[in-house]
Amino acid sequence: MLKIVCSVAAVVVAAIALVISPARADEFTKEDLKKWDAAFQTVAKEGEKLFHSALGKNSVSCDMCHPHASNNHPETYPKFQKQLGKVVGLREMINWCIQNPLEGVPLALDDPRMYALEAYIYWERRGVKLAPGKH
Amino acid sequence: MTNGINRRTFLKGAGVLAASAALPVGLVEIAFGKGNESFTFAYISDSHITQINDTQFVRNFDRGLQKAVLEVNFMDPQPDFVIFGGDLAQLGKKAEIDHGLAMMKDLTVPVTWVIGEHDYYLDLGKYWQEKVSPLYYSFDHKGVHFVVLNSILTHDDWTHKRWPTPEERMRQMARLDNPEGSPFMVKDEQIAWLKGDLAKVKKDTPLVVLSHSPLYKVFKEWNFWTDDAEKVQALLKPFKKVQVLHGHVHQVLYNRIGNISFNAFMATAWPWPYPVSYSQLKNKVPDMTVFMNRADPFKERDGTGWGKIDLAAGPKVVHHYELWENSPRTVENNPKGNPADTKYQDPKMRIPSQEHY
Repeated sequence: MLKIVCSVAAVVVAAIALVISPARADEFTKEDLKKWDAAFQTVAKEGEKLFHSALGKNSVSCDMCHPHASNNHPETYPKFQKQLGKVVGLREMINWCIQNPLEGVPLALDDPRMYALEAYIYWERRGVKLAPGKH
Repeated sequence: MTNGINRRTFLKGAGVLAASAALPVGLVEIAFGKGNESFTFAYISDSHITQINDTQFVRNFDRGLQKAVLEVNFMDPQPDFVIFGGDLAQLGKKAEIDHGLAMMKDLTVPVTWVIGEHDYYLDLGKYWQEKVSPLYYSFDHKGVHFVVLNSILTHDDWTHKRWPTPEERMRQMARLDNPEGSPFMVKDEQIAWLKGDLAKVKKDTPLVVLSHSPLYKVFKEWNFWTDDAEKVQALLKPFKKVQVLHGHVHQVLYNRIGNISFNAFMATAWPWPYPVSYSQLKNKVPDMTVFMNRADPFKERDGTGWGKIDLAAGPKVVHHYELWENSPRTVENNPKGNPADTKYQDPKMRIPSQEHY
């Protein structure tokens, strides 16, 4: 009797495991997509908060010059930044703004806050055609 | 400055008041027809003086206002007066208004004040009325009727019931792209006052209407917008010559609706993008405006400036803009009566830096 119960239990566990986790690396569910999108949106929301707060020392915030993160044209980066004389990414320009108009300390390029700011800036620019290098 | 001599020559040839052509000055000449005495006024707008702590203010914005005041004081001949187009302060604090006033007091000519939302929403204009100016009024100067409106009012519920503290209300209104924001309005009480005021003015008297927000609709999400603009426009419609001058948008922007020409003040603090650069929402930026050059953030004063306005007898309206750290612009009425840039209106003549993303 015990043996039968154990066998049934094993089958049930295996069945549940099949339903819950994808059997293969290239399979994911709509629920997964929702979860991953929510994770992105959480970071983008955090970016929106940072973008509208004083990141430097003078109480100035990014949105004061860039409402809705406009006029950042992230689709053009990396590009030759004429004022710096070299090809840079959006992150270098985010840091330039933090250091100059915001009179603050630049973020590490892999700082979670940098990813959040990028997530918000790109989200507000979604759907625009990529134009890397365009001045 | 590349064409100061040309502009000086032009101005002399045009027979209008001599401009201080050696200065980086934005000019707007408004030819208001025969019989009126020519005169000049300057404008300074949107200085957004920002307090960091007790004694510290944001250097960048202080410098913008100081530069404008200095250059107005160097105007020769001196203007009859200076219009301040609103947003002297950033968060409406007494310290910010006082600090701005201290800089504006260096001006050698009187100031006509327009209130902006950044001056208003902390105490609903109380300190402004005590120290600076009434919120709306009119006056006559050398044959022109000037009306100053408080165009940054909004719904009573938003103003009085929505926010726990005046400071929070101010912070919310100060965020341009705020989804919790509320549209600007002149509101019926002031519109009734305007109707009464204009009833006393002959229909061929030139009108200059001063407001902080544009008295037409460009982009609601940034309040480049006055919700009841049509009601104001209807009262201005019977007049032959009407010029609306406004702040708030921090950019070169001009338009014409019927008999009314609209022209924006430059800001001294920072430039704002054109709403076309926000790709997610539609806008109604006037087709006739040729955009100012895309600002270079590495040049702190690029995209900012001030202006000078000549009200001159003559057949047409001519606007000259000259921007700090940028090339001058001239806009004049074309044969249809619409403002048109004399150099760049033809799309084939546009330059790459006028392209905005």
